[in-house]
Amino acid sequence: MTERLHIQNLYKIFSNTPAAALEILAKGGDKNAVFEKLGLVVGLNNVSLTVPKGAMYMVMGLSGSGKSTLARCINRLNEPSAGKILLDGRDIVQLGEEELREVRRTRISMVFQHFALLPNKRVIDNVEFGLKLRGVAPAERRRRAEEVLSVVGLGRWGHHFPHELSGGMRQRVGLARALATDADILIMDEAFSALDPLIRTEMQDELLRLQRSLNKTILFITHDFQEALKLGTRIAIMSEGELVREGTPQSIVLEPGSDYVAAFTQEIDRARLFDAGSVMRAAEPILQSERGTLVGEAGGAGFVLDRDGKVLGALDAEALGRARDSGEMGTPSANYVSVASSAKLLEVACNYRDGRPIAVVDEQGKFVGSLGADDILARISSTTPKTIPAGGRHA
Amino acid sequence: MLKADDLAIFPIDAWIQQCVSWVALNLRPIFLAIKWPVENLLWLNDQILHSIPFPIFVIGFFLLAWRFATLGIALFSGVSLIVVAALGVWNEAMTTLSLISTAIVFCAVIGIPMGIWCARSDRVWNIVRPILDIMQTTPSFVYLVPVVMLFGVGTVPGEVAVVTAAAPPLIRFTNLGIRMVEHEIVEAGLAFGADKRQLLFEIQLPLAVPTILGGLNQTVLTAMVLSVVVAMIGAEGLGLVVLQGLGRLDVGRAAVGGIAIVLIAMVLDRITQKLAAPRTSGKAETGVPLLGAFARLFKGGRPDEATHAVTRAKPAL
Repeated sequence: MTERLHIQNLYKIFSNTPAAALEILAKGGDKNAVFEKLGLVVGLNNVSLTVPKGAMYMVMGLSGSGKSTLARCINRLNEPSAGKILLDGRDIVQLGEEELREVRRTRISMVFQHFALLPNKRVIDNVEFGLKLRGVAPAERRRRAEEVLSVVGLGRWGHHFPHELSGGMRQRVGLARALATDADILIMDEAFSALDPLIRTEMQDELLRLQRSLNKTILFITHDFQEALKLGTRIAIMSEGELVREGTPQSIVLEPGSDYVAAFTQEIDRARLFDAGSVMRAAEPILQSERGTLVGEAGGAGFVLDRDGKVLGALDAEALGRARDSGEMGTPSANYVSVASSAKLLEVACNYRDGRPIAVVDEQGKFVGSLGADDILARISSTTPKTIPAGGRHA
Repeated sequence: MLKADDLAIFPIDAWIQQCVSWVALNLRPIFLAIKWPVENLLWLNDQILHSIPFPIFVIGFFLLAWRFATLGIALFSGVSLIVVAALGVWNEAMTTLSLISTAIVFCAVIGIPMGIWCARSDRVWNIVRPILDIMQTTPSFVYLVPVVMLFGVGTVPGEVAVVTAAAPPLIRFTNLGIRMVEHEIVEAGLAFGADKRQLLFEIQLPLAVPTILGGLNQTVLTAMVLSVVVAMIGAEGLGLVVLQGLGRLDVGRAAVGGIAIVLIAMVLDRITQKLAAPRTSGKAETGVPLLGAFARLFKGGRPDEATHAVTRAKPAL
């Protein structure tokens, strides 16, 4: 099973008697309709989504969009009004008090926006907190806490109090506390939002680094679209308690699908988001000879590949035209740039030298496609036409 | 024309009178049961305080005040005690102190669990709150009437009045302290799977301690006031000195009692206030000052040194 969390038609009404509100929503009324008729606040309106195992799943939205409510429904700090939350196929909403506590202690842990550390306990005791609640023996939990503290780079800080640490360090403690329980699902509720920009970037990189080795399923709540793009393997965008768009970062930027989403994607630095592999063009084989295979496309450059698909050299457009006409391969020059298909466009642009063709290669160094400067420019500047207001197209 | 007095046809005073006498007669075992622990603990405290030799008491008190508060407060406490002795009311002061210390024990035993209960249930708080309002707005000598009817006169009934009057602030502050614990921290406890008991003892109570100690300060001061007032129903102590002074129109005697009362009240206030106040360097060490103070008692070392050393050691990050 590759899906870890599956949320089905989840509703949250902030009321003890949500039935009437649910009825209005079922009939197609929205958040405002419920508020006008009943004075109740709708937190979540029919949200369904699937979080794959090992994903860094970003839930993004402005304040009041229901993103934190969604996160809190998953470990039931907020009780859902209707719907299902399946954790490996088991519905969390139906769990009894005892079972829920067990799930919270062993399966789902959480990192909070304002750290929520115990000010009266030392860092190490804070990290041990979850294990202590679970009843792990003192020596064992101390060993585990020290281990996790050094993972987040605070090995020497165990015996200090939280107020002696900077914001970034405190959030590392929060992260260590969440990691210590070995829960495989991590809910990070605006975990980096309270940090200043430099520290936030540092923490994001740290989280990406940790995630490579930990491979947890992370549900990350944020209001920062840049952060969502940087960290996320998938992004869900929420508005007014509803899920408005869900997909990979790249697909959301390419096809926002609504003005609301387009407003976020407009300002995005595409050069950092898209990689060479996503814009490259596949080249067709043109000539086959004992020296290798010539691949290329009309009007573009050609590359000569050896038997393993490695690039031997390049032909510029002119030479490629001659080769096509004469059937003779000519002499390939070393005048080309080779980039990995996972390289971001920004990186490609940095390596680009005037006039040289770009070969895109995979991890083994095999040629997978070619790239021109115009491809890069087109992708960096592309905006989806239908989302642009009418006046904006004349530029 | 209808006069206000025409409405006064119900013998309400008589009804209340009858009610109270009925209660006093028929529920006597209950009041005896309440009286018993009060009487015994009061006796014990009284014995202990009176049997400690004066110099040892002053030195011991000075050291305790130094540990729990500051050197300045400790010096003030020591000098105050010597002045009280010089005023010639040392024994009465010890009686008053035993009244107060006994009241603190009972208030803590009753007030803190009560406050916790109130904090955990809105329904309980809605019932308890108006009762506390009544208890705290009732003029203190009004307490004395039912106390005399139910418990009689003397020092022990006086102590009952002191406890009744001094408990409400502690209940209020305990309730407040627990309710004020940052919501996110409580959520963190729940998110990591704390049950109700763990939530209370791992998170809510430790974080509420500063507020609870603030309540303790209020309780101590209320107990101080009441321990003087209960002289009217025959309790001994400094209040009796003042009362005797008034009765005999002996201004000097009354003033001596008054000065001693003020000094002891100030000493107790300063020490308990220091207990409740967050310790030094900004918001440092907000939790468990009481336990911290105990720990320091045994470990030695001044309260501030440790935290300062740590702050210095912290590199910029």
